[in-house]
Amino acid sequence: MASESSYYVPEQSKLPIFATIGLFLMAFGAANWINGGSSYIFFTGALFLASVLWFWFAAVIKENMAGLNSEQLKRSYVWGMGWFIFSEVMFFAAFFGALYYIRNFSVPWLAGEGDNGISNMLWEGFENSWPLYVTPDAAAHGDTAKFVGPKDVIDPWHLPLWNTIILLTSSVTVHFAHVFLKKGERGKFNMWLGGTVILGGVFIYLQAQEYYEAYQHLGLTLESGVYGTTFFMLTGFHGAHVTLGTIMLLIMLLRSVIAQHFKPDDHFGFEAASWYWHFVDVVWVGLFIFVYVLGA
Amino acid sequence: MAHGPQPGLKRWLYTTNHKDIGTLYLWFSFAMFFLGGCMALIIRAELFEPGLQIVQPEFFNQMTTMHGLIMVFGAVMPAFVGLANWMIPMMIGAPDMALPRMNNWSFWILPFGFAMLASTLFMEGGAPNFGWTFYAPLSTEYAPPSVTFFIFSVHILGASSIMGAINIIATILNMRAPGMTLMKMPLFVWTWLITAYLLIAVMPVLAGVVTMMLMDIHFGTSFFSAAGGGDPVLFQHVFWFFGHPEVYIMILPAFGIISAIIPTFARKPLFGYSSMVYATAAIAFLSLIVWAHHMFTVGMPIAGELFFMYATMLISVPTGVKIFNWVSTMFKGSMTFETPMLFAIAFIILFAIGGFSGLMLAIAPADFQYHDTYFVVAHFHYVLVPGAIFSITAGVYYWLPKWTGNMYNETMGKVHFWMAFVGLNLTFFPMHFVGLAGMPRRIPDYALQFADFNQMASMGAFLFGAAQVVFLFNVVRTVMGGKKASEQVWENPQGLEWTVPSPAPYHTFSTPPILR
Repeated sequence: MASESSYYVPEQSKLPIFATIGLFLMAFGAANWINGGSSYIFFTGALFLASVLWFWFAAVIKENMAGLNSEQLKRSYVWGMGWFIFSEVMFFAAFFGALYYIRNFSVPWLAGEGDNGISNMLWEGFENSWPLYVTPDAAAHGDTAKFVGPKDVIDPWHLPLWNTIILLTSSVTVHFAHVFLKKGERGKFNMWLGGTVILGGVFIYLQAQEYYEAYQHLGLTLESGVYGTTFFMLTGFHGAHVTLGTIMLLIMLLRSVIAQHFKPDDHFGFEAASWYWHFVDVVWVGLFIFVYVLGA
Repeated sequence: MAHGPQPGLKRWLYTTNHKDIGTLYLWFSFAMFFLGGCMALIIRAELFEPGLQIVQPEFFNQMTTMHGLIMVFGAVMPAFVGLANWMIPMMIGAPDMALPRMNNWSFWILPFGFAMLASTLFMEGGAPNFGWTFYAPLSTEYAPPSVTFFIFSVHILGASSIMGAINIIATILNMRAPGMTLMKMPLFVWTWLITAYLLIAVMPVLAGVVTMMLMDIHFGTSFFSAAGGGDPVLFQHVFWFFGHPEVYIMILPAFGIISAIIPTFARKPLFGYSSMVYATAAIAFLSLIVWAHHMFTVGMPIAGELFFMYATMLISVPTGVKIFNWVSTMFKGSMTFETPMLFAIAFIILFAIGGFSGLMLAIAPADFQYHDTYFVVAHFHYVLVPGAIFSITAGVYYWLPKWTGNMYNETMGKVHFWMAFVGLNLTFFPMHFVGLAGMPRRIPDYALQFADFNQMASMGAFLFGAAQVVFLFNVVRTVMGGKKASEQVWENPQGLEWTVPSPAPYHTFSTPPILR
């Protein structure tokens, strides 16, 4: 509830309309590129949007440093970030839900089990298994199949286990960074935050290794039936979010090291980035259990 | 605090003012309403007679698809967001929306997103032609190339909706004037709080499902392809997980508007305020667990059919609470029938008809008869046209004097109402009959015996379209001038918005208002 004696009313801003133009060029350019056109529009739009967002965040930071932001406005930013993360949760829920449906309904039905087992008539010889080494297509059409299953899948107890340890550790390190920031110990804050960024980088590197392994040696690809589909879409979107989170934390680190930003009692930029980081960490735990361990 | 609106185009491009942005949303929605309406008239013109007269089937399919998409995402949703922008800060005593720059961004994405969607009409292979529900594999394997542009336009429109919803939640939870406790908020604010929550819960799922389509079409995945182990029915589950709450997103704010208008013209306080709040929350919760009632004929396990049937029927309980409360508010009230009240009463009666046909459709065994017929078209147009559209219209007439400082022309308002009322019933009521008799939806041609009812429907549609021209004329006239409206506008209406001058000042409150 409002607690201010008088209200803050913002000035006009050119940022949103420019951000719109950037976003539009990016979306239009992406569609154009995927449909076989050139990629220039997409990259122009992406670059434009990124620079607008740069100026946008810079403006917000400048306003806050100048003391223009009331406690109320700061709370609005907190609400905003919280609900944004909830929207991300629901985005991942769609893909986890798809995995659930495929494993519990569509694959068993295609193999002749349950209420809709009659569909097995179309895919003779297809059997229910997970990982799905033999797709319905491959079972029914052999060598002429469009979707051929993977030869093998990623063993959860090697790279993914390491990645789990790395990401869980990074959640702890970012928490320590927060603790030291609240104590006002900038040196230790920078150190722990720097450690978190490095862990994030290592995770992305190992994930890239895993993808290389999957594509080069295991025949596990986006096209290898529904196992590859769910595997790459879930881990891929997670990887994209880790990359974004690492960039966010890196920017926070640079803000602290170079510009001496953040005060012990005023550092929501960092806090928001760390919330985001904890969120991608939780998603990973879900992935490790449902995609890797239960999927192997 | 003194700064007022900037002159010229800059005011609209760079604005951070909730009233400016509300106005932009409302005019944009009005424009889309006419665009989508013209497409509906093309459909109705073709269906005036059996056989093919005016358009080819391919184009007919593009029209049904684009009509649905434009009305849902371009007309109804932005209109409610526009009303939220205008009214919520005034109703809760806030200076503006919580995040004003993001507010502007949410709006400006819309015209760009729809320009992209509309541009598909001129692309090779034509616009999306797979219905607004874009079921796979029609929208994946058999789609025109423009589907890629459709997917990305849905992505940015969804981003706009999510940002708008976050803004509304932050405003309501953080910007209320001292003393404005949650249970003192006007119902329009309450319904929007719950709607915004639904939006954030389901728009990302829509983004997810179009992403799956994109991957299936261009990158060889097999979410919706049985050959790879996926299932086209999976598309329907994910889509309707978004799609069903979406229909409540289009009706909950309408409940809020009606709950504001009925007490004013019945001159009685709203009956059962707290039960209205709880009923809204209950409807929102139930809306998240009923999605598969759109898919009874797709071959679900019997347990699924039963669960979704009973869960769907449960929704009629909180909805019935609302209807009961509105009727009780009017009971022994000293009623007058100005244009907003006419639309509000028509809303209650006609929305109830849409609700009853919804109950019929909810009965799984009976739905096998109704599925994909004009009965379904009649049902959802009865909840959307006299539901969403009438409530928006009622809200516009109700608050227009507050926005512009001028009274609208009451006679013209009544003419608008009766033309629209007769037009829409003439259009959609006969669809119940042809639907029950087996006329399939989304087909440009039909069997001879359906001709009479279809001709009635087509005439009604053009009458309804003409009514909206009267509406446009009335609104423009009121914006330009007219009889000055008082601060209260109506006789003793409730709410903070009626305590400020008409037109409401550019910045409504410079200090928090005192609540009694």
